[in-house]
Amino acid sequence: MIEQFQATFSDHIIAVEASDMPTFVIRKESVLPVLTQLFKEFKVQFLTDLCGIHYPDATPPMLGVVYHLHALTTNTRIRIKAFTPVSEPHFPSVVSLFSAANWMERETYDFFGIIFDGHPNLKRILNEDGMTYFPMRKEYPLEEGTRTDKDDAQFGREKIT
Amino acid sequence: MSNLVQAPEGVTGQGFFLTSVEKAVALARKNSIWPLPFATSCCGIEFMATMGSHYDFSRFGSERPSFSPRQADLLMVMGTVAKKLGPVLVQVYQQMAEPRWVLSMGACASSGGIFDTYSVLQGIDKVIPVDVYVPGCPPRPEQVIDGLMKIQDLVANESLRRRHSPEYKALLAGYGIE
Repeated sequence: MIEQFQATFSDHIIAVEASDMPTFVIRKESVLPVLTQLFKEFKVQFLTDLCGIHYPDATPPMLGVVYHLHALTTNTRIRIKAFTPVSEPHFPSVVSLFSAANWMERETYDFFGIIFDGHPNLKRILNEDGMTYFPMRKEYPLEEGTRTDKDDAQFGREKIT
Repeated sequence: MSNLVQAPEGVTGQGFFLTSVEKAVALARKNSIWPLPFATSCCGIEFMATMGSHYDFSRFGSERPSFSPRQADLLMVMGTVAKKLGPVLVQVYQQMAEPRWVLSMGACASSGGIFDTYSVLQGIDKVIPVDVYVPGCPPRPEQVIDGLMKIQDLVANESLRRRHSPEYKALLAGYGIE
């Protein structure tokens, strides 16, 4: 089935990664058509997970979305990845295909700031609404800046001024 | 009679006892503090031990943990408070009637504890005023009882007019609480 998949989508696939399960990197624009065809023709109808990833050191810095899919009829798992520059954090929403993607896309928006076009209710799901940043992007200090009781000398480092 | 509290200072005569209203009120308040447990995590479990028969929190007059803020005197915040929970905590505090006291139990409630991260409030004193901090992760029941007794001292020695003082109003205004 994987070979069949590879042949069918050869013009969408950018790269094939060696991994614990078949992993394909596709173009962002291909996400919705590929997942739709997978759903309808290959009966890949279970979205195990959807999450974001941030590569700040790539040129240009990239944001990615990883889809973990599972075909329950044949017990086949597929991982699909797609990337977009940080400057243009838009992705097509797959809620129309998988209802499970609703909250997962909200979570990915919440933590990575990836905007899923076509999502019915794209707002923060876990963090407070007033938050002005996307905490899982690798561009923020790990520690909370409002902390006042920490003595840096106790942590083996100079006082950060 | 050892389980009775001592009478305040006053003048005793045949058939009467004179003391100040302040001392009588303080005596009553001190020995009938109704706590509102705001327990979010492991400190809450430790508080359950404190409430249980072995440590017997009730003997300090806190027989009835009030799960309605409107009837509580003491807000006991026990455990990690996420930033998202901050406004909820403020609302609970606002619903309490004066006079009200706050006890912060454990490292997380007092300072954020090990959760030095974007999602956790770095101490509840960022959103509400706190009277007593109990350190520990989690504190032992003895420490919680010690904290409660510190609250009792505060209650017993508090001026009846403190809640009307400009300093107190300024304190609440500093937190944006009316």
